[in-house]
Amino acid sequence: MDKSLNWRETIITAVIKACGYSAILFVGLIFFFLLREGLPALSQVPLADLFSQRWYPIEAYYGILPLITGSLIVTLGAMLVAIPFGIGTAVFIAEIAPRWARDILKPFVELLGGLPSVVLGFLGILVLSPFLRVFLDLPTGLTALAGSLLLGGIAIPTIVSIAEDALDSVPRSYREGALAMGATRWQTIWRVTLPAARSGVLTAIMLGVGRAIGETMAVMMVTGNAPVLATRWNSLFMPARTMTATIAAEMGEVANASTHYHVLFFIGLVLFLISLVVNVTASSVVFRQKKRAERVLS
Amino acid sequence: MKKNAFSNRALTQRLGFSLLTLVTLLTVIPILAVFAYIIAKGAPAISWEFLSGFPRQGMRAGGVLPAIVGTFYLTLGTAIFSVPLGVAAAIYLAEYARENWLTRLIRIAIINLAGIPSVVYGLFGLGLFVFFLRFGTSLLSASLTLSIMTLPVIISAAEEALRAVPQAFRTVSVSLGGTRWQTIRRIVLPQALPGIITGVILGLERAAGETAPILFTGAAFFLPRLPHSPFDATMALPYHLFVISTQVPEMPIQIQYGTALVLIAFVLGMNLIATVIRSRARAKRQW
Repeated sequence: MDKSLNWRETIITAVIKACGYSAILFVGLIFFFLLREGLPALSQVPLADLFSQRWYPIEAYYGILPLITGSLIVTLGAMLVAIPFGIGTAVFIAEIAPRWARDILKPFVELLGGLPSVVLGFLGILVLSPFLRVFLDLPTGLTALAGSLLLGGIAIPTIVSIAEDALDSVPRSYREGALAMGATRWQTIWRVTLPAARSGVLTAIMLGVGRAIGETMAVMMVTGNAPVLATRWNSLFMPARTMTATIAAEMGEVANASTHYHVLFFIGLVLFLISLVVNVTASSVVFRQKKRAERVLS
Repeated sequence: MKKNAFSNRALTQRLGFSLLTLVTLLTVIPILAVFAYIIAKGAPAISWEFLSGFPRQGMRAGGVLPAIVGTFYLTLGTAIFSVPLGVAAAIYLAEYARENWLTRLIRIAIINLAGIPSVVYGLFGLGLFVFFLRFGTSLLSASLTLSIMTLPVIISAAEEALRAVPQAFRTVSVSLGGTRWQTIRRIVLPQALPGIITGVILGLERAAGETAPILFTGAAFFLPRLPHSPFDATMALPYHLFVISTQVPEMPIQIQYGTALVLIAFVLGMNLIATVIRSRARAKRQW
């Protein structure tokens, strides 16, 4: 009996161990398949053409520069919305709101995080972009700005959740010390609590950026999808096309193993590497603190 | 003079607090408005025929049954793969792993999985499941793709639930002669179960609402029947909403709002179940 018990124990331990390592395996597999399908693009399209300004695959123009600037401008716009509102809400929830308000507000903001992005894109088409067209007197409301506003909304829950955790984990004694020295609560927030939570707040912003750059459906539905090189600020008021939207819109219609197919995978590879850099940098900060799980969950 | 300085500071504080309150309201009110608007606009479309019928006349009439069933199958399929794998991985991290470079690597991998854009998961699923493993554009390929995307959420939530079980429980079990696995199965897992279930549902909720990962791995524009096997393509609520709001000209607006309402009801329903399980477990917990 003892022997069979030992045997079972060994097998179960081995299985659990294997599952434990699976996350590494999957990241490896994802990287491998992106390389496998994406790298042929480099041999089929000269590098100078790949990083040129024209994306028009039907005539074999595969310049991904407008897609990269499209992603950048939409993300930048999103952060102009998400950072002040996200951090502001986090500070309000962590430092100012009474307990009952806090218990309502946090799950409420997280509810927004659970809203499918396609629903936001749908409202973007029907409500937001017509409003922007009339309000700003633009030829079309389907612009980078519409994408930025939706993406801001999508990044806010991530930022609020992580920044609020960071503020919450600042030791009580810091605040008490500041208040005892005669600082107002406002001064304590600005000069003590926020600086102490700096790394967590930065992590929140970085992961918000990561979330925004990777978002697909909402952006594809409202940005108008015109692959124009964004060079100036007023590009925000014109249609744009992001890397994610390009993959989503075109992958369904390309022939397997064509040049277009490989280039789309190459764009995927670029996105993967961006998210890798953002997350490794953010996690090197996270590792110094606890509550890791909530970060991944947010 | 001194008094003046004090009242200035009080004024700054009052202004600052008002500003932050305003910012929070401007964040929260749009969320409320979005939900209220979809419920108000979508409710008139909801009828038994809408929920139980197939789309007709090029989707401009009829119901959304195949999309509801498809999303249900996809969620179920995702659960079948990601729950055992994710919970086992969490058990490894919480109960077996030592703090060494390998464990750190696992944690970095999990954080990265959580951050990879959903459309990149779609590409990966297309490369591995659809083409390399020849599962085709199918329920199976889409479920597997969604599973890997959901994995980091499930692992993190389950690990947290396992770690919350007091160490004393394990010590007592082992001192009574229980093996490590017996301790985990009979003592730790049952105690952590509500937390694990909550995390699992929240992970699946996200999978249910995703469109990009299933775009080229399993989603079908329109199917006249329900999927019969895991190798059939399937309709899904989020993809259906995308299709009828961008690809179908002269689409009746009411059906669009109705579909959006069904989708958020599906997702929020899962969220609600998770919340109820969590608060019930907290009330019953003895430690």
